[in-house]
This record gives sequence, structure tokens and C-alpha cells, in this order.
Amino acid sequence: MRELRGLAASNGIAIGPAFLFKQVETQVARYQVEDKAAEIERLSQALKHASQELDSIYHQALAETGNEIAAIFQFHILMLEDVEFIEKIHAKIETDSINAEAALKDAGEEFARILEGMEDEYFRARALDIKDVVGRVTRILLKVNGNGAGKLVEPSIVIAQDLTPSDTITLDKSLVLGFCIAQGGPTSHTAILARELGLPAIVGLGADLLEILDGSRLILDGNEGILIVDPNQEDLVHYQALHESMRVKVLKARQHAQEPVYTKDGRRIEVAANIGSVAGAKNAVDFGAEGVGLLRTEFIYLGRTSLPTEDEQFQIYREIAEVFGDKPVILRTLDIGGDKEVPYLDLPKEANPFLGVRGLRLCLAKPDLFEPQLKAALRVRATQNLKIMFPMVTNKAEIRLAKALLEKCRQDLIRENKPVAEHIETGIMVEVPAVAVMADQLADEVDFFSIGTNDLSQYVMAADRTNNAVSPLAESLSPAILRLVQEVVRAAHAHGKWAGMCGELAGEPLAIPILLGLGLDEFSMNAPTIPLAKQIIRSLSLEETQQIAKAALQLEDAQAVKAFVKAQFPGIYA
Amino acid sequence: MAEITLTVKHEVGLHARPASLFVQKAKQYKADIRVKYGDTVGNAKSIMSMLTLGVNQGAIITIYAQGEDEDQAIVGLSELVESNFGEAV
Repeated sequence: MRELRGLAASNGIAIGPAFLFKQVETQVARYQVEDKAAEIERLSQALKHASQELDSIYHQALAETGNEIAAIFQFHILMLEDVEFIEKIHAKIETDSINAEAALKDAGEEFARILEGMEDEYFRARALDIKDVVGRVTRILLKVNGNGAGKLVEPSIVIAQDLTPSDTITLDKSLVLGFCIAQGGPTSHTAILARELGLPAIVGLGADLLEILDGSRLILDGNEGILIVDPNQEDLVHYQALHESMRVKVLKARQHAQEPVYTKDGRRIEVAANIGSVAGAKNAVDFGAEGVGLLRTEFIYLGRTSLPTEDEQFQIYREIAEVFGDKPVILRTLDIGGDKEVPYLDLPKEANPFLGVRGLRLCLAKPDLFEPQLKAALRVRATQNLKIMFPMVTNKAEIRLAKALLEKCRQDLIRENKPVAEHIETGIMVEVPAVAVMADQLADEVDFFSIGTNDLSQYVMAADRTNNAVSPLAESLSPAILRLVQEVVRAAHAHGKWAGMCGELAGEPLAIPILLGLGLDEFSMNAPTIPLAKQIIRSLSLEETQQIAKAALQLEDAQAVKAFVKAQFPGIYA
Repeated sequence: MAEITLTVKHEVGLHARPASLFVQKAKQYKADIRVKYGDTVGNAKSIMSMLTLGVNQGAIITIYAQGEDEDQAIVGLSELVESNFGEAV
């Protein structure tokens, strides 16, 4: 028996054999062909097929992982459609009378060699992209199965150095019990994806992970970040019981996922989903979302070369809102800054983009960007229960400006004879510490607050969540964050407004009792966590959670808070 | 034939993302568009061709366009390069 420790990246227990994920090397045979035209046709079919594959991966990546990873696939698609590249392959088939695979290999190597010979490491690294694309087309030509993912034939725990988005997307998720990754932090995209899929995951397990033999028996404890290799009987029995009780709990939770939630003492709590695509909306309904607490709209803006029009946005928002019928959908207006690459926006590069012109700050500075979105939202509100939420708000003046712009847009729409809502509920994200502190003063300008704990935590703790060296400091369960949550909820209630949370904390089992106790009205989270969150809320009374919250706020750090809640509710995960 | 000579300010040059944007933009025009860097000339509508030019930060390139929308092509592409591909320097 051996034990490896990493960072708990996604809750849950998995017991099963190890599956070592490796990329497959394809062997390419070289032979003479008679019918060159047929060979060229075979190539063109394969290129088309590869392009379709990449296109669907691109869209999936855009929805699941965001722009940066998606952009890689867009780059790959451009390579597949490249006239010079295709001409070179054709020329080799024509003049050397060789098969498509060999011609493709030669042409790819020619380009890759030029790049590999460059001084600049950015260009050298692109040689790998060419090999990746060539590999994909070769596999299609040879009709061999995808990548290492194809060898996954029984339910297994996937072990890898790191997984690229195309790796994770090609894995048959019905056979994946969990992920163990040698590299990466809790915000790496494998971790994010695992949480979205509701699969347990540990990241940052180190190089030792890769010494595990294919097929070894494993226990993956995603709650604690422990991986046990070749477990003894005692561990096996313990974890099997835990796993079984979690499984039953999840099953039971799924059965009740569509029902509304009341605490044991009868307080109605709203559980909504965070989504960022049309597909995400449908998925969220399946998991029992009672609306959308956070509709990320960035996906509409990223990965394209011109600004989306008002009509385009109107169609997409309406489609999403219709999925939820009369349940509320909170649209967060565009939340990007200088760290994002949006060519048509011409965003200046900033020394510190997370403290720069982003979110509402950017939108207020660019009415041409902002107005089409506001108008699209107002038009959807004419028929659907859509609300608006502004991100990265810092003070009252900004809220007033945004609301004034919203009113201007409404007047414009009336002039344009478009159906428009009389009123749209308008709230703000609480991410900037100043807003949390001043919430009592801002409450009369808004209809609701939604606390974005991910950004709030890193701003309050002055710790970058993506920097492994300091990310533990930015844990949202820190009493410093919880105290601010308390301030915001109090301020909202004192003014007859409501307060929700759309940060990852809202779906964290250990946080739910505290957040309930602090009086949070709405919990918005990744869809797969909804059923369990609902069950946890049902099992609690407000009175007991108020005691828990009060005590948690007096503890010294996030670790202490976690230990305290676990001690209070030993069965919270299982 | 229209042409313009520019300096690429992007910190990694015409690398994956900027090159993708450049090629995508170039493909919007009917004109035949070429980019010259040093002694090498590449096809602006080919990502492979643009990458293998190895245009890095500070490189001076010349864009040539020939065809009915050659002027628009030069304006559009030079704006993209001048705007530093949507990132500022």
C-alpha cells in the first residue's frame, strides 16, 4: 500500500483500476500509389473530417473551459485549412506518387523543422501543434481510434501528467471514475472540468503518480486529496462504505433534485445554476436548477473577430431564458479585462489587469460595446424573467452610470418600436472588497447582491488563485471572507433586498451550513452539485446553522473552519 | 498593388494567436496578400506560411495586396497589427 497526497480538486470518492493516459504514436507506412486523384480525395475527406472534429472540440472547449484553450483549436483548424500546407501535400502525392499519410507526414515535418530551427521558443513550441494536427489527420486516414482515450474500456481512474482539453473531451466520460493529475492546481482546467462533470479529482500529485502501474487498484479520495495505491483490506472496507453511502446519497439527491428546497424549519432557499452556454442551460434544468444565478456572457464575445450584434445576443439570451420558462435568469454583463484577448475590442495591455479596466469599468468606458448587450437584455425581459447583474462594481457612481445607460437603452428601444420591458431587476456582483464593506450604502441602488467568492477571495486575501504558491491563502472559507458575506447579507436584508452567491463556495458542502446561517437567500453553483446541495440544505435548520456560522466567524483561518464544520457534520460528504 | 511597412510590437511576434487573427483577417479579403519579412515572402492567408516567416517582436514587415479590395486589405491588416492584435504593448 502506498499513499500519495495532492490537492483536493473535486469532491467525491472513486475506487477502481488505474488507467494511464498516454498519447498514441501512429506508425505511418510509405507506399507507391497509382491513382493519385483518389489519394488526394482521400486526403481531402480526412482533412474535412479532422476539421469537423476540431470544430466540435472548439465549441465544447469554449463552453467548458473558456477562450484560451478554445483558441488553440481554432489555430489547429486554420492549419488544417491552410492552402500552402495542402498544396505541399498534394505536390508530394503528385510528384513522389506516395500515399496520403506519407505525404502528410513529410509536409508536416518540413514545416515543423523550420519552426524547430527558430531561436524564439514560442515558434519552436508551435512545431508541436503541427505534429498534433498531423497526428489527428493521420489517425483519421488510418482509421485508428482517437488517442490514448480509446483504450479506456472499463470504468477506471484516469492518471496523467496533465490532460489537454482535447484529451479530456475524447475520453468516454461514462467510463471515467475520477482524475488524478501530476501537475496543476485546483484551478487548472482538468480540475474545473471534473467539478463540472461531478467527478472526483486530485491535482498536483507530483511525478510519483506516473510510476503507478496500469491497472493498479486505487482509492481516490477527492474530499481530502488522498490517493491510495494497492489499498489494504481495512482501507478498502472503509472507503467502500463511504463510497456506497455517497452513491446512495447522490442517487437520493437526484430523485429530489427537481423539488423546491426548504430548510428543516421551513425557510425557502433558491438553488440556481451558473452557466455559460445554451447547452449548459438544458443541462442545468436536468440537475434541478431553479433558474440561473449567473449567466456568463463572455462566450458570446470570445473566439470571434467582430462584436456580436444586439440581435445575435437577443436570440441567444432568449433561447437560454426560454429553457427556464418563468424561472429567473440573471444575466451578468460582459466581464473581461486586459488579460483577455479580444481583437476587435482593442483592450490596452495593463501591468496588472486584475486591478485594471475590467467588468463594468470596461463596459462603462465603451458604450458601443455595452449598449447592444443592455438592449438585447431589455428586449428579452419583455417576455422572459431575465435580470441584469453588473460585474466588478466598485462604487455607487458606477451603479448610477450603468443604470442611466440602461434607461437610455430602454428609451432608444421604445423609439425603435421594439418590444421592451418596463422594468428589469438590476443587481451587482460583490467581488471588490469595497463593495462588501459599503454594501449598506449601495443597497438602495440595487435590487440584489450576488457574491462572487472566487474573485472576492483573491482581492481580500491579496492572493492569486492560479498561483499554487499562494492559492491556499485565497480559500473562500476563510473567516475574513465569511465576515464580509455576513455584512453583505445584513445590508441587503436591512433594505428589503436579497443576497445570493454565485462563487464556487455556494456549492461547497462544508460552506453550505455557514452560508445558510448567515442568511444567504440564493445559492448558485455548477449544475452537477445542485442535487447534493439541495439535500444538504434540507437536512439543516436555520437555527442550528446560525450557531455554526457564528462560531465559524470566530475561527482563525479556512483550515480551522473546514475542520470545525466537518466535526459538526461528520457525514456532510457521505 | 497596395503595400505598407510596419513594425510588429507584439511581445511574441506573429505567433499562434496573433498569426491566427492575422490570417483570419486576411481571408476576409479577395485580394492576394503577401507578407515580406527579411528576404522571405509568405502568403498572408496561410497560417503555416506566416508562422514559418518567424516574425518576432520588433520585426519590420511589409504587407502587399493585389486585387479589387487591396486598399481595404491593407487598412484592415495594418490596423490589426498597429492595434497590437487587440493587446496593448
